[in-house]
Amino acid sequence: MKTSLPAKIWMYFLLIVTSLLVFFPVLYAFMISFMTGPEIIQGRFIPRSLSLENYVKVFERLPLLGYLLNSFIVSISVMLGQLVVCSLAAYAFVFFKFKGRDFIFFLFISTMMIPWEATMIPNVFTMRKLDWFNTYQGLTLPFFALAFGTFLLRQHFLTIPKELHEASQIAGLSRFKFFWKVVLPISKTSLVTLGAYGFLTTWNMYLWPLLITTNQSVRTVQIGLKQLQSQEIATEWGVVMAGVIVVIIPTLLLLFIGQKQLQKGLSQGALK
Amino acid sequence: MKKVELINVSKSYDKQVDVISNINVTIEPGEFFVLVGPSGCGKSTMLRMIAGLEDITGGTLKIGEQVANHLSPDKRDLSMVFQNYALYPHLTVQQNITFGLDVKRMKKDEQKRKAEEVAQLLGLTEYLGRKPRELSGGQRQRVALARAIVSETPICLMDEPLSNLDAKLRAHMRSEIRRIQRSLGITMIYVTHDQVEAMTMGDRIMILHEGKIQQIGKPIEIYNHPANPFVATFIGSPPMNLAEAELDELNSQLLIGNDLKLPLPEGDYSELSKRLLTVGVRPENLHPVTVETAAGSSFEVTVTNVEVLGNETIFSFQVGASEWMAKWTGQWHINIGDRLPIQMDFATLSIFDREDGQLLKKTIDQSHHVTQHEVGK
Amino acid sequence: MNTAGSLWRRSINGRTALLYLLPSIILFSVFVFYPMFRTIYLSFFLTDQAGNAAINVGIENYQYLLGSSEFQNSMKATVLFVLYTVPIGVILALFFALLANEKLKGIGFFRTMYSSTMGVSVAASSVIWLFMFNPSIGMFNRLLHSIGLPQIQWLLDPEWALLSVSMSTIWMNIGFSFLILLGGLQNIDEHLYESARIDGAGYFYRLRRITLPMLSPTLFFIITISLINAFQTFGQIDILTKGGPSQSTNLIVYSIYREAFINYQFGTASAQAVILFVIILIVTILQFKLGERKVHYQ
Repeated sequence: MKTSLPAKIWMYFLLIVTSLLVFFPVLYAFMISFMTGPEIIQGRFIPRSLSLENYVKVFERLPLLGYLLNSFIVSISVMLGQLVVCSLAAYAFVFFKFKGRDFIFFLFISTMMIPWEATMIPNVFTMRKLDWFNTYQGLTLPFFALAFGTFLLRQHFLTIPKELHEASQIAGLSRFKFFWKVVLPISKTSLVTLGAYGFLTTWNMYLWPLLITTNQSVRTVQIGLKQLQSQEIATEWGVVMAGVIVVIIPTLLLLFIGQKQLQKGLSQGALK
Repeated sequence: MKKVELINVSKSYDKQVDVISNINVTIEPGEFFVLVGPSGCGKSTMLRMIAGLEDITGGTLKIGEQVANHLSPDKRDLSMVFQNYALYPHLTVQQNITFGLDVKRMKKDEQKRKAEEVAQLLGLTEYLGRKPRELSGGQRQRVALARAIVSETPICLMDEPLSNLDAKLRAHMRSEIRRIQRSLGITMIYVTHDQVEAMTMGDRIMILHEGKIQQIGKPIEIYNHPANPFVATFIGSPPMNLAEAELDELNSQLLIGNDLKLPLPEGDYSELSKRLLTVGVRPENLHPVTVETAAGSSFEVTVTNVEVLGNETIFSFQVGASEWMAKWTGQWHINIGDRLPIQMDFATLSIFDREDGQLLKKTIDQSHHVTQHEVGK
Repeated sequence: MNTAGSLWRRSINGRTALLYLLPSIILFSVFVFYPMFRTIYLSFFLTDQAGNAAINVGIENYQYLLGSSEFQNSMKATVLFVLYTVPIGVILALFFALLANEKLKGIGFFRTMYSSTMGVSVAASSVIWLFMFNPSIGMFNRLLHSIGLPQIQWLLDPEWALLSVSMSTIWMNIGFSFLILLGGLQNIDEHLYESARIDGAGYFYRLRRITLPMLSPTLFFIITISLINAFQTFGQIDILTKGGPSQSTNLIVYSIYREAFINYQFGTASAQAVILFVIILIVTILQFKLGERKVHYQ
């Protein structure tokens, strides 16, 4: 399609202004993270120097490295767990015909209508009973099963011709090997989408880690941020912002790299 | 080489009506056996039952001498080619070809040797490293074929393997598949809806309709002696002309579609006279009137449509309630609305029972022999 | 072969399938279905400190909640919050998605910018906005000051606190909504626009007659998700206002959290959780019913 020049200029104008507005808070936090206390009080936007002092300080004040490591462990575990659990379930829904399939499918759908927050009280008690407070399994295991993830993969599995399944039956491939050697490799793109989504949402999770981490052993960066902010209030915003930037860099990077893939994959999973 | 035997095989879903019933046939070792019928007749279901992809709900399936009803597909010692080829999109051509060998844990260098051998045979050598999406439809079809051949199973099943190709390629692949099957001596069971494929490829063909066998036999046998009106119209293009008929024994004539009267030659017609009849005649057996035409066996018809195809001319006309077609060799100048004399020979008629479709009178044998004089023309 | 044996053999499919579904089924049972029933059960009890059901009080917890001004306040705040955030959030995201769907040079850069907020966690965003809302050194009051307007106590003034939280929430959710809507826009068949152009349809005509109808399933999806998300808001409240000032931002999930894990009133907290569940159930069902009728599916 051809767009006229005035329309183009108008478009670029809107794009630049609005995208700057959207990105501004992140940019602002980035700038502040290099500023000293007086600079912030003066209300500058551009820091005088790119001093990394605040970054050094934030790692001194908080066991931020440990928190980062915890967040990585938790996010990657949930990501892998979701990939395994959801792909197994999606495979059963697509490649098996059995009685009660519709009923189980309905059960999966119904979990989407139960908000996590409505079930958190008994879940906390469950964690207490299992003695899973301050453990990685307590932070990760409850999130392995995901109806959305199952549907997203199911959508993709449904596009695999059934003849592929039949051909491998004739070749003598077992059900599990067909899943492992054919279905998963073909569905790489959906798996990547779900993986990125799982990593992103787990990295950003707030309420659950807040509830079940009571010490620093497995605490994640998000709770670290809360800690930092309540310790440093009004005094050293530069240090706080340095913490913020450290925390958002992994997810921003992931998003920048996988933006196209996420957008395609998620909108496919959203609409059947 | 192995034979495949179906004894009283039937198939039903949820214990409802049988979609396939009373299938009895023995497919001989090394035979090219074609299953043909209109879509939904159960031919694919039958093939998939032989492959083990569908349960057999009644009867016995024997592969070789072994009862195979409950064998899993990979234990049946057969290969299969699918309509959409079922190539693994994430594997290269070579990996696709050797997929089954790999499952059976054949040594890698052995796999490679076999893949190259079969690629050579099918002209795929330069594509071995490519992914299926980088191939044309015809090349994909060859890969599917290669995958079946490389498994060296004594039986090969094909489910409409050519229907996604264009007409020219299809004709070429017909003879190529036939050539490979002959040279390897595989027992082939081939499903198609295309009667041309069935006629040109099959040693024997089975015509299925609504889950029941209509006829099994050599292509020419079926063409000449169709067992019932369904087969008569399904095989042959244009199809055999059919019309209701009555035998008038008093005047020694056959009344076709309340329209044409054909004198009967001498003979005993007591079997025919008791029943309601349907007569059929192939379009190529409706000839132009010549000097020798016997009086009474020619009719005047009004042409309703004409197609001139270069080497032959097909025109249609009304007989009773049905539209008939005639095929004359050569180019004829015929216009719609022309009154045209044609002649028909009682000997070339097929006569069926109108109630149960049974063939009551065969047409005469019309085949020609090169070394001899023409027979019965 | 006896019938039991053949049934066993025929059900092989179902049994293997169950094996694949088992991880999901166990996890859902332990972490979704059991706690949901447990929550409903607890909502009819007074509990001890450890959360064990102590005294069955029937529907008293609910009666107490419906009569309590605190809960009424929380519901009111929640509904207002939803009304502030969902429509504006979706419209802004749609606007950005339409802009970013144009085929222009460097559009990928703009798409990344718009979607960036999805990569910023609730905690991180809240801390950034906390600073921007800071009454003395925050950016907003500096802006107001520079154009000569009076300062606003963004998060400390009961009149403003909910609006401030809503503003930050809209920003946080824009990235995700944008990505989904852009995906929806790109799924629309290009030929539709070409034929409309041949007919001489202008930009806004095409927007109204092609884009929006074709996008309606995606829009429908994102509205539902935004509604549900809004009802589940927690992190920004915890960091920005802690429910205050004078409970003006005490949204329902925060209220549940406080009731349960600060006041240890698990019975009334569970009753609130059940109410949250019912609200979300109604929203979902309503959306389905309305959506089925109004939405144009391809």
